[in-house]
Amino acid sequence: MDLMFIYLALVLVLAIFLGFELISKVPATLHTPLMSGANAISGITIVGALLAAGGSENTTLATWLGAGAVVFATINVVGGYLVTDRMLSMFRSRNEKSDE
Amino acid sequence: MLNLVAINAAYIVAAGLFIFGLKMLGHPESARRGNFLSAIGMLIAIVVTLLSQGILTWYWIAICAVIGSVIGASAARLVAMTSMPEMVAVFNGFGGAASLLVAWAALFDAHGLFVAITVTLSVIIGGVTFAGSVIAWGKLSGVMTSRAIVFNGQRVVNSLLLLALLACAVLFCLEPSAQSPYLYGVIGLALVLGIFVVIPIGGADMPVVISLLNSYSGLAACAAGFAINNIILIVAGSLVGAAGIILTNIMCKAMNRSLGNVLFSGFGAVKTATKVEGEVKPISAGDAYLILEAANSVTFVPGYGMAVAQAQHVVCELGELLEAHGSEVSYAIHPVAGRMPGHMNVLLAEANVSYDQLVEMDDINPRLPSIDVAVVIGANDVVNPSARDDEGSPIYGMPIINVDEAKTVFVLKRSMASGFAGVDNPLFMGPNTRMLFGDAKASISEIISEFKP
Repeated sequence: MDLMFIYLALVLVLAIFLGFELISKVPATLHTPLMSGANAISGITIVGALLAAGGSENTTLATWLGAGAVVFATINVVGGYLVTDRMLSMFRSRNEKSDE
Repeated sequence: MLNLVAINAAYIVAAGLFIFGLKMLGHPESARRGNFLSAIGMLIAIVVTLLSQGILTWYWIAICAVIGSVIGASAARLVAMTSMPEMVAVFNGFGGAASLLVAWAALFDAHGLFVAITVTLSVIIGGVTFAGSVIAWGKLSGVMTSRAIVFNGQRVVNSLLLLALLACAVLFCLEPSAQSPYLYGVIGLALVLGIFVVIPIGGADMPVVISLLNSYSGLAACAAGFAINNIILIVAGSLVGAAGIILTNIMCKAMNRSLGNVLFSGFGAVKTATKVEGEVKPISAGDAYLILEAANSVTFVPGYGMAVAQAQHVVCELGELLEAHGSEVSYAIHPVAGRMPGHMNVLLAEANVSYDQLVEMDDINPRLPSIDVAVVIGANDVVNPSARDDEGSPIYGMPIINVDEAKTVFVLKRSMASGFAGVDNPLFMGPNTRMLFGDAKASISEIISEFKP
């Protein structure tokens, strides 16, 4: 358990530094799609939600909690990616505009 | 059925796709593909999880996934671009709620102090994110007042709440169980704390709050990842956490305030700004047209008022007319213009302004003295020269777009009411400022009609 924790903590630290590096290069113009896209990624909790909702044959309190989490996380994932795509499709350069 | 090694290998691929996706968000040209890659990563993570040995029944999963997908997809299709801040706020909240529930459910399978601590963290962060986001949504959508709600002893109440929350958390960790009354205490207090933390924050500070809640939703997922020992939750959650923290930092810098100042003090009316005196010079749309027609360079400076008036489409139309007329047109965007980071950029992109015309504050400021006309639409505090000149002003020190340095400034405004911060704006009395009173959309449409004889 202890060694596992150290591995997970290492992953955490590296991912946070990587996140800082990546995100600080995103221009201000794209900050709203960045947020909604990040939002969709935070829907990764869906993985945990699936395991909780489908983890037992009997319907228990854990199943209910997992089921609720699946609803919330799916909204986040599906809505987040779709709305980000919708926004990004509107960003056009001058050249693309004149091509139309 | 996939074994644990195969699943974790697939998670690594998913993590790589998230990282590449975020990297490609760094440029408007590749951003859309980046988002697509990130979605593929998510799909991989979901599919391999469904195929794992941990999944015994698909019954509830199928029902809930359909419900969630329908709600998510219709929200994404129907939301107006002006309402993006509300949408992101409420989605942050859902992320927090999902993490809270996942961590809670984890208690039925796993035991021990380590699990208890990570579950507690996840429940606290998730609960605060959910309740705070709902309040942020209420403020942004106008369901409740967007003003800062402050009362006497607010800090004492918040401190007591926090203490009670910590006490419950410690008691729960000493004897962790899924039905522990202290767990319910932690959940309830986290929700209440989330509400109390966001209510004293006013509408104009919302960009900071949304960014911070965005970060929290990631951190909640990360904590849930520790609780259920799942590496992809930790990676994805911390990427989102980092993104939110960076945006929060950018927003705070753009207001020259510390995060603590934004969170714990409603806009301080402690300092008294120098009373501004001078004459306001109104202008008619017809005269504004004559000046614009003769201008070689025009910069539009949009603010939240443009979103409220839904004026982005007419602004873009005017911009295109001016370009056809031979003037150079740009759009100068302050980092905290609007109610969330990048809000104005999305609105203008929706109205078909190309992204190379959107200029950041630091790039436009050196160019402003040579610009013929700056048109301020529904922005106030972000162009207020007292932030630069008046040490007594509550917004002193905040970086602004120096529109007063342009040769002529048009300010489109409904009336002479002051901005959100309640600060007088000497720009309105500037020697080169002309006020175009009325609804921004109507005023610009009037100027456009002058262009079309």
